[in-house]
Amino acid sequence: MTVEKQFGAVGKPLARADGDAKVRGQAIYADDLVLPRMLHCKVLRSPHPHARILSIDTSAARRIPGVAAVITGEELPIRFGILPVTQDEAALELEKVRYVGEPVAAVAAVDEETAAAACDAIRVEYEVLRSVMTIEDALRPPAEEPIQAYTRRAGDNIHRLVAYEFGDVEAGFERAAHVREDAYFFQGNTHLPMEQHSAVAEYVGGRLTLWSSTQVVHYVHRALARVLELPMNRIRVIGTVHGGGFGGKTDPFSHEIVVARLAMLTGRPVKCTLTREEVFYTHRGRHPVVMWVRTGVDREGRITAMHFRSALDGGAYGSYGVASVFYTGTLQTVTYAIPAYRFEGCRVFTNKPPCGPKRGHGTPQPRFAVEMHLEKIAREIGMDPVELKRRNFVRPFSRAVNWLRITTCGLEECTEKVLAASGYRERVRKPGEGMGFAISAYMSGAGTAIYWNDMPHSEVQIKVDRTGATLYCGAMDIGQGSDTVLTTVAAEELGLQPSDIRLVTADTDLTPIDLGSYSSRVTFMAGNAALEAARRMRDLLVQAVAERMGVADLEEIDVGDGMIGQFSFEAACELATARFGALSTTGSYRPPRIGGPFKGSGVGPSPAYSYSAAVVAVEADARTGVVAVKRVWIAHDIGRSINPLLVLGQVEGGVYMGLGEALMEEQAFRKGLHKWPSMLDYKSLTFNEMPPIETFLVETVDPEGPYGAKEAGQGPLLPVIPAVNLAVHDALGIWIEETPITPEKVLKALDLKSKGKMPRIGPKSFPAIPYSDLIVVEPPDPNDMRVGAELEEAFPAGPRVR
Amino acid sequence: MAGEGPRSLRSELNRTVQREVLTLLVNGERHELYLPVHRTLLEVLREDLGLTGTKHGCELGECGTCTVLVGGRPILSCLSLPVQLAGREITTIEGLASGPRLDPLQDAFKELGAAQCGYCTPGMLLAARALLNQNPHPSRDEIGEALSGNLCRCTGYLKIAEAVELAAGR
Repeated sequence: MTVEKQFGAVGKPLARADGDAKVRGQAIYADDLVLPRMLHCKVLRSPHPHARILSIDTSAARRIPGVAAVITGEELPIRFGILPVTQDEAALELEKVRYVGEPVAAVAAVDEETAAAACDAIRVEYEVLRSVMTIEDALRPPAEEPIQAYTRRAGDNIHRLVAYEFGDVEAGFERAAHVREDAYFFQGNTHLPMEQHSAVAEYVGGRLTLWSSTQVVHYVHRALARVLELPMNRIRVIGTVHGGGFGGKTDPFSHEIVVARLAMLTGRPVKCTLTREEVFYTHRGRHPVVMWVRTGVDREGRITAMHFRSALDGGAYGSYGVASVFYTGTLQTVTYAIPAYRFEGCRVFTNKPPCGPKRGHGTPQPRFAVEMHLEKIAREIGMDPVELKRRNFVRPFSRAVNWLRITTCGLEECTEKVLAASGYRERVRKPGEGMGFAISAYMSGAGTAIYWNDMPHSEVQIKVDRTGATLYCGAMDIGQGSDTVLTTVAAEELGLQPSDIRLVTADTDLTPIDLGSYSSRVTFMAGNAALEAARRMRDLLVQAVAERMGVADLEEIDVGDGMIGQFSFEAACELATARFGALSTTGSYRPPRIGGPFKGSGVGPSPAYSYSAAVVAVEADARTGVVAVKRVWIAHDIGRSINPLLVLGQVEGGVYMGLGEALMEEQAFRKGLHKWPSMLDYKSLTFNEMPPIETFLVETVDPEGPYGAKEAGQGPLLPVIPAVNLAVHDALGIWIEETPITPEKVLKALDLKSKGKMPRIGPKSFPAIPYSDLIVVEPPDPNDMRVGAELEEAFPAGPRVR
Repeated sequence: MAGEGPRSLRSELNRTVQREVLTLLVNGERHELYLPVHRTLLEVLREDLGLTGTKHGCELGECGTCTVLVGGRPILSCLSLPVQLAGREITTIEGLASGPRLDPLQDAFKELGAAQCGYCTPGMLLAARALLNQNPHPSRDEIGEALSGNLCRCTGYLKIAEAVELAAGR
């Protein structure tokens, strides 16, 4: 395309901004920080899944030489939590523990060994309470007290119930030629970042500084201010180079607050680095979810109605859970066009580490269920599954039944690419070999903020003087390459190379607020803010140069290759500084108000959705039950690649993580203890299991993304899991309707098959859940693309809701 | 976890810790150290010598992140005791480049985006260097075999394999 040629930096596979420091071992991660007189912190954690704390005796610990401070929940009584509605966590629990590994006390000492010895010397008297370990358990009336006191109906362990209906679902089922229902289970799994969480705090001159391996400095800042009762201007949070997040470092954490309090108490810097076992218990990963789905299709295979139910095992605290429940339901409609949709969701509390957001937040589970379910419907009505799915793809620039606005959508092109490259249709059927096809959609950033406010989601400042350009942004590069995206955008607009742009990120003293690196939002939101700030700076430089050159039409001034008109960038900076004074511009991005005008519409809207399609080829050994993935073809609608190298990295990493979830990763517990809290026993793919991936990037150029870009960090994981599973069915004729597909399950299913029984492993039923009354929402006109004030004025009282 | 784990290591605090004087040769520099004998090479590199380029993911020998070279062969520094390595040539990530000039592997990792979060990168690079020293033109399977003890959660390993091939081809 000719348009591509106009770009300077955008679209080129340039090396990452942080690559040199990382390959030299010079990147400073949180645990690499060493400050003079620094103390080391260890946290004493609960050995019980559910127990009342009767007493805590720290006197012996305090007497150990080298111990500087010992604290309990008495020093940190104020509760916090990521969502305003669930401020349920204590940095150190004082009343009762709700999962094994919950922090109870903390020690700062001269070294880690002394701190650990002091933790051993703390005596905690517990009264053990009956624990709740499964969704089914949590749905029964509790034998003793509930895990949390604030549940919806006091006295039970149901955290949240939601129930929505869009369009006439019963009428949809009535006009269906075929209706089917299925139940699925998606096992929980965890992020397993290579870097263990770590934080260092320092308190000097009444100001607290915290360095942390967090994905969102702003949320940590807010939690510290709340719990420590310090004004935000007395706290600085700095995101250090980040050793992997995947959603696991998006909550504010106990150890971050604890080191801050210990630094304030001792007047010395304090560091806490979690052990790998502690990381497993800190968790906040993928929710285990039981699902039930009923779908009607007409004679042509078009969906007439869908009814989807989910029950999430939330662990002991809220975390992002209220959002997670919604996410298991809301995005069904931006993948397939569903004319009538009912969603009922439920999250329960159990005595396990809290679940939260992991790559794909709440979406991999329903994608797994729906892709498998539609495949079965297609087979039942004798239609090619790919064709059935295809007939139901959402249309670009349309509005879903639950009011989500879809802009660009490359599903057709993505599907075409992977089908053609994999030879899916022409595959030779051999026992033990199979292929599976699946699709997905994901958000380019959440359309609403975690805490309600009208401010921008991303803000960027650019400062230019004759030493060069510096960009300030609160976003955090967690490995995904957001630093490189920001420098590329600024360089593109200012006619420089990305390596010319200096960058200051994730420092609450220096950078304007950004909602951080999660929800696949940075390229879209911080990228748009950077674009605005850079265009404003470019305008100043161009104006100064035009005036000097005596050119009236600013359009005549070319910017590029380090030149502004006939002046070098540096000379242009001098002209502009002389003309305007100090040069500083800002840019902000706030997503349009795209949610439907009804309560509960805040989860799911995004300014743009990415789309993916995948084909997975497997070899499944009927003798051992081992499934080996031979090759993956994936096509991803990225909108536009700002840097294709980074996009490929995200796609390949997403496929890798999806394969792990499909085949082996499992965060499972026995009597409250993690079954395998180590990197050896918690299975993840090594080099040896990783198949080749053929990736296709589809560019649909979204009208609202920066240069048309959409997300890549999460979407490509989603189709992989059902595609693996469908490939296993293709190979062996068995249905493994729960994750992961372990050899044991494969053998069990084959055994059932050989006995002439239904060769299926999965939940036998869906639990009875007292869902709340349905909120019935009138669907929009599918062609209504209005947003914000225009939409709100059209529906002053909202759509009809009963 | 604190409060739950075996107490044997901790009770050591109450005994006299055995210490030894030893000389470590790291990245061509000699270091005279007086160390508790139970201190791991990982701890000594990071905490005593300030070589924080060596990372840790588990400290139990499971993830490969802390890989360094001893006599050109990859070892897990979290499971190694310096008392066994006195006089041996130890190479960490800080010793892989020759001053400003990067090892071809480092260049290739940079060019291809083989480092995302970068946390496994030092260990991965050293394990790859050991491989190329033994086998200058490894096949994809040989690369996989040599690096299969090093976990990475970001890349899906593909860019890493491509980078090793690129470096080998130069």
